[in-house]
Amino acid sequence: MASFLRLISLLCLPILFAVSVIGSVSEGAEEDFSEDLLLKPLPDRKVLAHFHFQSTAPSSRSNSYGRHHHLFPKAISQLVHKYRIKEMELSFTQGRWRYDRWGGFDSISSSNAKPSGVELWAVFDVPPNEVDATWKNLTHSLSGLFCASINFLESSTSYSAPKWSFHPASENMRYGTLPREAVCTENLTPWLKLLPCRDKSGLSVLMDRPSIYKGYYHSQRLHLLSSEFDSDGVDSAIVLDQTLTVVLQPHSHRGTLGYSSATQLQPSWSLSSIFGRRVIGKCSLARSSNVYIQLDRGLMAELQGILGEQEKFAIARASSEGSISNPAFELSANPDRVHMEMSNGYDKHISVLYMFMVAAKYDDSEPLDLRFTWKIPIAWSIPQAPLYVTRFLLGSGNERGVIALQLKSTKPRDQLMPDTVFADSCSLLVRVFQVVPWYIKVYYHTLQVFIDDQRHIITNVVEKMQVSPSKDKVSPGVMEMLLKFPCGLKSAALTIEFDKGFLHIDEYPPDANQGLDIPSAVISFPDFFTSTQFVEKNSSKSPILLKWQGKNPILSYTEVLLVPFTTPDFSMPYNVITITCTVLALYFGSLLNVLRRRVGEEERFMKSKATRKLRVSHLVSKLLAKLRGRQWEPSESQSHSSVSNSKSKLLFKVILVAGLAAAWQYYFG
Amino acid sequence: MKKKKGNFWIWMMLSVIFRLLMIYFPNLNLSSRPEVATPLTSIHRLAEGYWLKQSSMSPYTGSMYHGSPLLLSLLGPLTVKRIKGQPDHLLCSFAFVVADVLSALLIRGIGQNLQRAYYQSLKLLKVKLSKNSEIFPAGDIASLVYVWNPFTIVACVGLSTSPIENLAIVLTLYGASKGQVPLAAFGFVMATHLSLYPVILIIPVVLLLGNGLDAPPRKFFFERTRSRVVERPSNDSCSQQEEVINQPEVPNGFSLRPVMYFLLWVSLFSAYLLLLCGVSLKQFGGLWEMFRSTYGFILTVQDLSPNIGVLWYLFAEVFEFFRDFYLIVFHINILFMILPLSIRLCHRPLFLAFVLLSISAMLKSYPSVGDSALYLSFMGLFIDELVDLEFSFFLFCGYIGISLLSPVMHNLWIWRGTGNANFYFANAMAYACFQIVLVVESVSTMLNHDRKLRKLSAMKLSR
Repeated sequence: MASFLRLISLLCLPILFAVSVIGSVSEGAEEDFSEDLLLKPLPDRKVLAHFHFQSTAPSSRSNSYGRHHHLFPKAISQLVHKYRIKEMELSFTQGRWRYDRWGGFDSISSSNAKPSGVELWAVFDVPPNEVDATWKNLTHSLSGLFCASINFLESSTSYSAPKWSFHPASENMRYGTLPREAVCTENLTPWLKLLPCRDKSGLSVLMDRPSIYKGYYHSQRLHLLSSEFDSDGVDSAIVLDQTLTVVLQPHSHRGTLGYSSATQLQPSWSLSSIFGRRVIGKCSLARSSNVYIQLDRGLMAELQGILGEQEKFAIARASSEGSISNPAFELSANPDRVHMEMSNGYDKHISVLYMFMVAAKYDDSEPLDLRFTWKIPIAWSIPQAPLYVTRFLLGSGNERGVIALQLKSTKPRDQLMPDTVFADSCSLLVRVFQVVPWYIKVYYHTLQVFIDDQRHIITNVVEKMQVSPSKDKVSPGVMEMLLKFPCGLKSAALTIEFDKGFLHIDEYPPDANQGLDIPSAVISFPDFFTSTQFVEKNSSKSPILLKWQGKNPILSYTEVLLVPFTTPDFSMPYNVITITCTVLALYFGSLLNVLRRRVGEEERFMKSKATRKLRVSHLVSKLLAKLRGRQWEPSESQSHSSVSNSKSKLLFKVILVAGLAAAWQYYFG
Repeated sequence: MKKKKGNFWIWMMLSVIFRLLMIYFPNLNLSSRPEVATPLTSIHRLAEGYWLKQSSMSPYTGSMYHGSPLLLSLLGPLTVKRIKGQPDHLLCSFAFVVADVLSALLIRGIGQNLQRAYYQSLKLLKVKLSKNSEIFPAGDIASLVYVWNPFTIVACVGLSTSPIENLAIVLTLYGASKGQVPLAAFGFVMATHLSLYPVILIIPVVLLLGNGLDAPPRKFFFERTRSRVVERPSNDSCSQQEEVINQPEVPNGFSLRPVMYFLLWVSLFSAYLLLLCGVSLKQFGGLWEMFRSTYGFILTVQDLSPNIGVLWYLFAEVFEFFRDFYLIVFHINILFMILPLSIRLCHRPLFLAFVLLSISAMLKSYPSVGDSALYLSFMGLFIDELVDLEFSFFLFCGYIGISLLSPVMHNLWIWRGTGNANFYFANAMAYACFQIVLVVESVSTMLNHDRKLRKLSAMKLSR
């Protein structure tokens, strides 16, 4: 027995040795997975929950497992390699992000507020002439991977190539949206499959389907960044970010009748009350697993006002009972770390982030169930993007209309300044990216700009404009604009006229009377970035904090517009064809009849002329006689040509019938 | 007669004033009516094309503009120039008013020529038709019909480019009837360039140049001469070179010289036109792009927005599989009638032109009221011949009924949503039927008129 064991260990030795060698080689490039959950109270009595899962894979060149992975989803790495994707983002969204209530000036809103339906963009590392083909293949693959009709983005009428107005400007970029795609659990399940623990353990346990889909907003996103094909493959890797952002309404248990609506107590919530589940432990494959609770700048400013200067730091201080408690709110657990935002120059208020590590101390008997309890009613406003954007339709009827884009300033005048600004040339740059489907025929020359209800000359406001008009049934219209507004702007509006196209009956979507959609416009502010630096320079860099520290551009999406369309009668094709053809036949027949009609003397004239034509009939009867193999009697036909004609006809008929009868007899008799 | 002449100019002036008044009504919004502005003639699309060109893009990028690049450089600047305090597109409207007036004057010229020729031939046949000696000035009537036709006014005030297309067509026929070959060739090339369909006018123009103006069939004259010259075989076809008849008053046979000149001028002008278009579209894809998005757009009926024709609904409903078949059928239908018509009406080239114009106005892919206005005014030229037109009151009422009902149905369908596309299509169908009846009846009346002339001249002979 002992010798057998020795033998086995001897046999295994080279393998173990080889494994350890390879392990030491790929020391710095391990596959990695980490999970985060951010919770944030929102001013309108709701709670934002933002799950962030990050998987990274080293590049295939330094990968120790060849084409295999142990954490990173293989489907995604195959996708990246097959289509040579540099960067890709796919989002499924239901509901609309309320920029005025849920914020527009933080990294969550700029990267996780998405237009409803499906949005997909990708940058490829292929020659420009192959981009379209690669995009089409990618849409089909993704459609299979996520059980969604992303393959509709294959048609050239539904995707576009933004030149410079959309975030990562690249020639090889394609962008497409499906505004009417319904998002449900069938899309979430394949998305969860990409996680190493699925929803069996770790933070994703919280994703109880009924409570997620009950929310006001729900966006599931997949972002892929690959530096696989860069020439300098130093830290080349694939980074896959999967985020799920939901806005939920916590049940308020406590009676709030004593307060008026303005000073109502915000509802208290806990993980179990909003999700119906609790965190039992971390996903054992994850490097880190953290839960954060964020109090944004607006809330902190309000809290400081209420609590007073002396209790300013009570917010961040843990009490003795293992919980945070101050006059305003109470947190049931003691945070492992409290991140204070580094205060920057122009905003004296800072946000606070409580971090809870999901460690081994939580298990079935003692799960992590964070409870956030408000003690006093509080109302605050959340940081906003410089301009609040809405888009709507003007006009009535189904023939034409006007798209209007309204931008309203969210801040008082003195705050509306970008980071780098000179007093004399204060201006606010706004980028607009708008895709319009081909059946909305936009008249780009009718673009009008109104600033504070005053019409302005376009060239004064539009710094740069690039238009590629829509081609019927081929490509959508794309409008990219860089607008330059004065700083003291209160509101601005852009209007542009369009005609509604008329489609072939096969091109109308099902339920055509509902109308067709214009995808969201993307508004971005090139001078503004969100970047949240935290005071503590600590070692545990969780992906969510790293993401926040980077410069994130401020984006906002407008509403999807529903344009009512008139329809032809779908049940009528046969009627239309037959009626039209009847009228055409009427025209043709009656006109030809008029042209060939001869009356009275003309007929007599024709008769006298007909004697000449006899020669032709002669020939015919001669030929017939030849065919019949009989001698032709010219005298008879000469005198009674008409008689002989009818006779020969009769004879021919008789022969034909007889022949047919004989054939019938022969074959079927 | 003098008084009549004065009246003509007064009415002409009044029509111009009326147009200017209409232009100053701001809220008519005629330029977006489907009856007035088709994808080919809409001023909005022209303005869009001009804007695209100004922003250094091809005017044919996108599917907005489908007209000529020359029209763009001609009318484009007028669409952007605004005079303070005046309605938009005022200058454009002026251009269209001028085009209308010019067309009317040319039609008057054609009419005067035509009537002179008609009475001359009557004199030759020694036939006296009308019991009362009153002669209608056909030219004045036709031009006033053109100027005062509500269709023309609407097309002019609605800023569709059809007045300019009509002007080119009228110019062709005027040049041909006057025997001014270069003018005819210029008009022909322009008209074909602007809207393709006038290409079928080459047959009436060639006949006009070869045979001269409308006259009763030549065999009538031969029959008259037969009493003196024995054994004259009368010939049905008159496009052949006839044997010489030593009768000074009998119209000459087909003369090839002006026709050859015409073809020469046409090739010259089209080469020049293509050169101009090529220069103006040099950096935007060249001539091929132009042909694809003008003639290609006309022939393939890509735009399915409703108009007064019948094709839009058919092609919106027809199964994709049969689309090509129906495209061929509809275009062949225009071409198919050309041969029988030109055989039967070769002695009356202007009337043939009228018939062809009305057929193409009926069957073209994007018809508008501007096309109808042209052929209706041409009908006025044949006031003497078409006196016995049947159903004229019925047709008149039909046209009025359709032009009143069509906007109502459009409103019900598009704006109120209470109607249905079928209502509007039924209207278009009825309109097509009325046009068919008009064409058929006028052809029939003209042939009957020839028969009557023949009978009268034969009676004169036998007497």
